[in-house]
Amino acid sequence: MHARADAADTAADSGTHWPDDIFATLQRFDVRQVPYVPDAGHSKLIQRVLASSTMRGIPLTTEEEGVALLAGAWTGGQRGVLLMQSSGVGNCINMLSLIPILRFPFLTLVTMRGEWGEFNPWQVPMGSTTQGVFELSGVKVLRASTAAEVPAVLEAAAAQAYNALTPTAVLLSQRLIGAKVFTK
Amino acid sequence: MSKANLLDRRQVVSALLADRKDVVAIGGLGASTNDMFAAGDHARNFYLWGGMGGAAMIGLGLALAQPKLPVLVITGDGEMLMGMGSLATIGLQKPSNLSIAVLDNEAYGETGGQTSHTAAAADLVGVAKACGIGDSRSVTTMVGVEAFAKAVHDVSAGPRFASVKIDSANLERILPSRDGTYILNRIRGDLGFQPI
Repeated sequence: MHARADAADTAADSGTHWPDDIFATLQRFDVRQVPYVPDAGHSKLIQRVLASSTMRGIPLTTEEEGVALLAGAWTGGQRGVLLMQSSGVGNCINMLSLIPILRFPFLTLVTMRGEWGEFNPWQVPMGSTTQGVFELSGVKVLRASTAAEVPAVLEAAAAQAYNALTPTAVLLSQRLIGAKVFTK
Repeated sequence: MSKANLLDRRQVVSALLADRKDVVAIGGLGASTNDMFAAGDHARNFYLWGGMGGAAMIGLGLALAQPKLPVLVITGDGEMLMGMGSLATIGLQKPSNLSIAVLDNEAYGETGGQTSHTAAAADLVGVAKACGIGDSRSVTTMVGVEAFAKAVHDVSAGPRFASVKIDSANLERILPSRDGTYILNRIRGDLGFQPI
């Protein structure tokens, strides 16, 4: 019921490795706090984080908590990354104002819904405005649509977020993660 | 408008920070952040002027990053109500060095004194306890405030939560810096971190 069908161009062999690529990049950038609201597209990465000895996975009740958490983490000397799905971006809007005001490194990885073969119309409005919401809020948007481009996109995003304090969101497209399958 | 049996907010905050040593204090949006400044400016004061509902989560991120430092969030009932889910997040992480003190005047004092949910129905101490913050207290006396202030320094026994019932007097505004990057980087500098 809640499985995902891999998109044709990311199937089986390459499709399951990209969460490991993300994890490796986050590890290399010394990311320590990983707040998240679960999403099926993030499930493998969340498993890796929860099994890690250097990263702390922090389940949230709503995504805006994660923005504030990352401000506190940086005040205390740690980097973090916020994991969420596109519908959670709307929940963050006012809290995103902390980012230009406090100038802490902000990186978020967003699994997209409401695009590329979506079944559920309720996901479409927020999925359609996700990029616009970020851009209006001063967060730069990068996108990964295939497994092959995930490492380079993550590398660029982490580098500009942590080295240049450029608030950055990586949209992991529904084409990459596969459309959610509700019926067999 | 103040009732005789309720505490004075500035006295409460002064007592919370009187013997602060290495405490990092986060002041929630509204009068709480002003009270913190009125008690004396400090390099480890995090004054919030926005991000309503985020004070406790900033405290959590800081507490997890610096587990040996006592971290104290001082905020109002309205600000805490907006971030009530964060009590569940904190109850799950159980950072032993994090304390939260809510200055509860049962009203939105900054916006005209409209009644808040804690005046009649919402019990924040009950919420905190039910979210897994075992040491959750209702504080109604200065003796109770002083006991909580002392407990803040025990970084092995938190998280802890207190709701302090204060009177709703609107005091003269004493305003801290509004420059977020200055405030944040002053704390980082005091903790020994270099600019990027």
